[in-house]
Order: sequence, then C-alpha cells, then structure tokens
Amino acid sequence: MKKWLNPGLWITLLITVAIGIWPIITQEAAKREVIFTVLMAIVFASSLNILLGYTGYVSFGHVVFFGLGGYVGMYLIKEYEASIWLAALAGGIAAGLLAFLLGKAILKLRGAYFALVTIGVNEAMRAFVNNFQPFGGPIGLELNFKVYKPYGGPADALWMVYYATFALAILVAVLSYAVKQSKFGLSLMAIREDEDAAEVMGVVPHNAKTWAFILSAILPGVVGVLFFFKNGNIEPAGAFRLHYSIENLVMVMLGGQGTVLGPVLGAFGYQRLRGFLVTNPIFKNIQLSIAGGLLLLIVLFIPAGAVGWLRNRFPRLRRVLS
Amino acid sequence: MGSSGLLTSLIDGILIGVVYGLAAMGLTLIWGVMNVINLSHGTIIAFGMFGVYLIFTTLGLNPYLTLVLVAILGLLLGVAIYFIAIQRVIDAPHLSTLLATFAVNMILLGVGTAVFTTNFRNVDYALGNIQMGQITVLGTRLVAALAAVFVAGALYFFLYKTRPGKYIRAVANNRAAAELMGIPSTQILALSFGIGTMLAAIAGGLIATLFPFTILSGGVYELKSFVIGVLGGLGNPIGSLAGGLILGLLESIIPIVMPNTWVPILEFVLFIIILLIRPTGIFGAKE
Amino acid sequence: MTMLLQVEGITKRFGGLQALTKVTFDLPEGQILGLIGPNGAGKTTLFNVINGIYAADEGRVHFRNKNVTGYKPYEMARQGLARTHQIVRPLNELTVRENVMAGACFGRENHGLGEATKIANEVLAFVKLDGKADQLASSLNVAQKKRLEMARALAARPYLLLLDEVLAGLNPSEIASMVEIVKNIREQGVTIIMIEHVMKAVMNVSDRIIVLDYGQQIAEGTPQEIANDPKVIEAYLGDPKLAEKLMEED
Repeated sequence: MKKWLNPGLWITLLITVAIGIWPIITQEAAKREVIFTVLMAIVFASSLNILLGYTGYVSFGHVVFFGLGGYVGMYLIKEYEASIWLAALAGGIAAGLLAFLLGKAILKLRGAYFALVTIGVNEAMRAFVNNFQPFGGPIGLELNFKVYKPYGGPADALWMVYYATFALAILVAVLSYAVKQSKFGLSLMAIREDEDAAEVMGVVPHNAKTWAFILSAILPGVVGVLFFFKNGNIEPAGAFRLHYSIENLVMVMLGGQGTVLGPVLGAFGYQRLRGFLVTNPIFKNIQLSIAGGLLLLIVLFIPAGAVGWLRNRFPRLRRVLS
Repeated sequence: MGSSGLLTSLIDGILIGVVYGLAAMGLTLIWGVMNVINLSHGTIIAFGMFGVYLIFTTLGLNPYLTLVLVAILGLLLGVAIYFIAIQRVIDAPHLSTLLATFAVNMILLGVGTAVFTTNFRNVDYALGNIQMGQITVLGTRLVAALAAVFVAGALYFFLYKTRPGKYIRAVANNRAAAELMGIPSTQILALSFGIGTMLAAIAGGLIATLFPFTILSGGVYELKSFVIGVLGGLGNPIGSLAGGLILGLLESIIPIVMPNTWVPILEFVLFIIILLIRPTGIFGAKE
Repeated sequence: MTMLLQVEGITKRFGGLQALTKVTFDLPEGQILGLIGPNGAGKTTLFNVINGIYAADEGRVHFRNKNVTGYKPYEMARQGLARTHQIVRPLNELTVRENVMAGACFGRENHGLGEATKIANEVLAFVKLDGKADQLASSLNVAQKKRLEMARALAARPYLLLLDEVLAGLNPSEIASMVEIVKNIREQGVTIIMIEHVMKAVMNVSDRIIVLDYGQQIAEGTPQEIANDPKVIEAYLGDPKLAEKLMEED
C-alpha cells in the first residue's frame, strides 16, 4: 500500500482538484465553461497518454472514441430517454469495444504507419456517420430541451455535467498513476522502449497493447457523451474533429509524455494559452501561428515536456513528480 | 446515365486522378527519403492555390506560367522548413517529426487565415470544352492532367538521371551508407523536402484552376494524399501517379452506383485495409 | 543425463540464402555449450530460431522434453528461456532496476512487482551493478549495459540462457570479470549456450563446442577436440599452432 502514499500521485491530484474547484467556489458560469474544457482535456489527454506516453504508440485519430462515445450516448438519450449516466456508461463501453475490435488488427503496425491508420479509422468513421441515418446523417442529433428536466433544468444540468467531468478528471489521474505503478504498466513501458526485446522477456505484446488501447479509449468515450449532452447537439464534423486529437497530443507533449502529472499540466497550460490568444486583440488573428510556434519550440528543444524536463534536470524531483 | 456519360466521368476521373497523384507525390517522396510524414502538406497545397490565384489576379499572368514561380517559392519554403523544423528532430521518434510538421502547419495556416480569411476564391480562367465524339472534356482539366504528367516525368528524370536525384535515392535507401560514400546528406534531405513541398505547391496551383478553394481546402487533399500514398506504396513517388488514378476512378465510378457521400467511406476503408495487409515495408525493414 | 534442449535438423533460409542447414545437437542440463564460427555463419540466426523470433523452415526444437517448435518468443520466455542480444537492447528510459524487474516479471516465474524488486536487487548485486540501480539504463557505459543485459536475463531465473557475444567490445579486465560471472551462473545450475569470438574465453569456459560455417555444423566436441580439428583450423582458426595457444591458461 506504500505506493498510494507516493507524492507523485498526491501532487497530481492536488493540482487537478485545484483546477477544478475554482469555478465551484466562485459559482461563475463563464469560469465553469472555461475550466470544463480544461477538465475534458485532462481526461482526454491523460487517457491518450496511456497509449502514447506509456506504450509509445501515436494515435492521431484518437478523437474517434470521443465522437463514437458521444454519438452512442446522444442516441440513447434522444431515442430511448436514457439517463445521462447510463448514456455515459454506454458511450464508454462503445469506445472500449471499438478499441478492442480495432486493436488486434491495427496495433501490429508500428510507428508512423500506426499513426496513419488511426487517421484513416477516424475519417472512415466520420464518413460513415455522415451516411448513417439513425445518427441523423450529416445533420446529426439534437436534444429536446425537456431532456434536461430530470436534472433540474438546463442550468443545473450544466453544473451536474461539470461535477461529473471533474470526477472523471480525478479518476483519470488515479488510473494513470495506478497503471504506471503496476506490472501491466511496466510491460507497456518495456514495449515502448523496445518491443522486440520486451517480447523476448516474456511480455505478450499484442495483449498488453490491446489493453492499453482499450483503457485509453474508454474515458474519452464517456467524456464525449458529457460534452455533447451539455451542448445539446452532435454532428459528424464536430464529433470526429481530427484537430482535437492532435491538440491533445500537443498537450501530452507539452506537459511530458509518459508522466502522470504531465497531461494534467499540459491540458491546463494549452487550454489557458489558447483562451488567452483567442481573446487577446493583438494575437486574435494570428493565434494559430503563435500556438504553432510555441509547439515547434517545445518539440525541438524540450521534447520531454515540462515534467520530463524537470525530472531530467533535477533527478531528485523524480521521487515527487510521477 | 448513357455510355457516353459513363465514359465522360471515367475520363474526368482519370484527369483529376493524375492531379491528385501529383499532390500525393510530394508527401510520399518526403516519406520515402526521410521517414517523415509531412502534416503541413495540405496547407502547402493551399499556398500553391493562393500563389497562382494572387499572381493571376494581380499581374494577370497566365495561370500555367505562374506555376513556375509557385514551384520556385515552394522549393524555397520547403528547404526553409527543413532547416528550421525538421533537421533537429530527423532522428527522433516519429511523434517528434509528426508534431514538428504539425506545428509548421499551424504556423502557415495561421498566417494564411489572417491574410486570406477563409472565404472561397477561384481562378477565373477557362479553356473551353474539348469535344471528342460524344465526350466533352473541360479544357482546364485536360491541361492540368497533362501538366501533372509532365511534372511527374520531370521528377522521374531528375531522380534517375541526374546526380542530385541519384543522391536522393541513395539517401532514401540507406542514409548512413550514403554518408560514408561522401554524399552530403543534410543538403540532400533539405533538397528532398524542398522538392516534396514544391510538388505539393504545383499540385495546389493546378487544382486552383479546377475548383473553388479556401485556405482550409488543403486538408482534403492532404487526406487524399495519404490514401494515394498508401495505394501506390509509401515512399514510391512514381507509384503515387497510379494511386491517384485509382482514387480518381473510384471517385468517378462509385457515385454511379451509390450516393456520392459513400465515396470517402470506401476510400478510407480501402486505405486501412491496404495499410494492414501490405506485408513488405511495414515491418522491420526500415529501422 | 537429462537433455534440456534437443535441436533436430534445423534449416532456415532467407530468400536464396541458406542461413542454417540441418543443425542438430543435444544439450544436457548444466553444461555450457560454446557456439563459434566466422561472421555470418548463422550463430545468431540459430539463437533466433531457438528463441522463437524466426520460424525454422525445417526441423524441430525440444525444450525440457516438450516440442516447442514454432513457439513465439514470449512463449519461450515462459518455458524458461532467456537471452542477451549481440547489440545490447536496454530499455533506455527505465531505470536499471526496472529493466531487471521486467526480466523477473514476465519470464517463467511471472512474479508480481514486489517479489520482482527483491530478485532485481539480488541479481544486480550479483553482476555488480547495484550501485547503479536507480539510474536510467541509457546512462550506463557499454560494459555496464552488457552486464545489465545479463542481469535482465538472469532475473527471469531461466533453465537455459543464450548469451550472444557478451564479451565483445570489453577490455581484458572486463572480460575476466564477465567470465567469472558466466562461471558463477553455471554453478547455480543454469545451462548456457554462448556465442563468442573471444576464443580463449570460450575455450576455457565451455564444456562442449559447436562450430558453424556457412550454416553448416562442421565440428562438434570438447574444446580440446575442436582446437585440434583440421577442418576447423582450415575453415576458421587458420593457424595450426592455435590449439596450443588457445588452451593455455592465463
């Protein structure tokens, strides 16, 4: 049980809580919306990190799980008046199932080929949903206002979704830590460092990778349901937005891939910076270029990300930054 | 649809497919030489479109002549991108080069959006119709396809018959060995990246004479380039022409038997399947 | 004497290249078998076949009286086989201890992390890397990385250990300490096959030696017999006086 007392876990949890509790204290709806995007990114980026940072597989089209989960959940809410909780669960299961079905086939591809095939999967899914009438085709699904009634009306429903996402962000931090400290996590990191050598040691690569893929897919699927429920509608272009996948890769990179704290810091830093650039009158028009320039500097000069850089620079921090 | 209608759409498919093939050639050349997937490919295609558009509308130059200028600018841009963004991470894991080129994409797209907005433009230039029996072909499509074939031919000649071209193939084959033979690999890599972006810019310029476009239009062609690159064999620039033809034909034939919107599903499913079953080159060989 | 490993008529081709031709031998428990031969003779290929990385075109492998032909590398690891690589393959961004724990976790005994930590600490002390346990594997020098490879293989507590040129690139004092380690491993009851180019060491350590040349097994016997075998001298050793030189103790 000693590992649960590790500061690596508690620092991450503390920071996550500090980020999430802010709008709850001030009770401002605007602040809540800002932090909601941060918490959602924490869930997505930390999940992605299990595959990207621990296992070394670059999933560019990871947003497919977010979109599919969102669609399944929204469909259940709209057509069967399912509760948001059941819908969120179903969204997570759908995402996990897709990862399971895809995993055995595509995880045998390595490096850039894997990255490419995940882009293909996302685009194929987007094109499919565009033609899939039960999901509303290109128009998508729109919720009637009355679905928010059981949750005390739209205003309360928004707060409820916020609390749920906050809880997911805490859950994902615990999950990331638990995976990293486990034997399963060791097998993933061995695969990341040298897949063939890991197999010689007795790691069963396809099993480990498939489980990592499934784990990294479930929570993005759940959070997809929450996000689109909050928005009240979902359509293919918004659900399977490749750009969102890549933004999350950037957050993982920014904070430090393969670390527990990294994606949390990266999500916070990236979303806050983006918010600043988009609203600042000077940078507004050129915000994409500035974000791109910063990303380039990080990739070129601090590839280990913020947490990775600190750990390399000050080895003593290894004990407290996980 | 009559048989002449079918034939017309087949020919249209071939003509457009060749231009697609040219767009993909740049992507696959860069991949083949340095194992980098250039995620700024689409925006560079869009820059090619706007290059032709700007020169055409401000100077009134013939759009096909402006391509020469666009090609030179494309080459220079590519060389600059290589030295600024790629060289440092060329031997780093794939994620680094993917994100480096994605960062370049963000920078270029940000500038492009600020300067050009995301409004539609088109190059208002027509060459009339060409009538062959029952079949009608748009003049601009025919010329674009011919230009694409010409550029592909020139690339082939360059890669196989000239010294720098042979150097490029040597570096693609085995960089370490090429370096031992005294080939200046850094210059060759920069040149390859430049040629890759040049091809993308030329393809963009040709596409600009065919369809209306925005600064964001490049993304569509980038995805098509991925599909074509895989169809024709990643790293095989000449195979891209064949891949482009296949894609062009699919896009012209599929709508005859099912709704147009199914085309991308089939394209991407094909893309995934080929990536999965293509046995050589995927595993191990490249390390 | 019980046979730990039986290799029967293993043949492996790569395209037109005949990498191994009907290689056949039995390895009794507790012995050290030396595998020598010129570069490209097929020694590492033979390891890769036994190890399950390559499937043999013909022939069978029995390990502990079980037909293991066509087993995958991870299945072989679970049967109790471990190996080192000719070019070291440390898990660079993990610590030295984590590297060795990985060996203990996923091998034959399938330990949990707690037990694996204990084993890792023991094995690291055995190969004299205990001072480096918390460093990243990438920070080690070549000799240390070789010992790490060895430690990782040993942590799996294998029945059979395949050592692929563990002495290559080491200086004389490092070689001597590595040879000590190999002898100690054998004393613990682990059976070993070692590929080696450092002749003196392999002659001293091995109970038996097999010589491969162009994928053919051209000789097999005790170090004494091998050093005096005219075919071996012609194909490989070259110098007729070599036998005496090799058999000298330092």
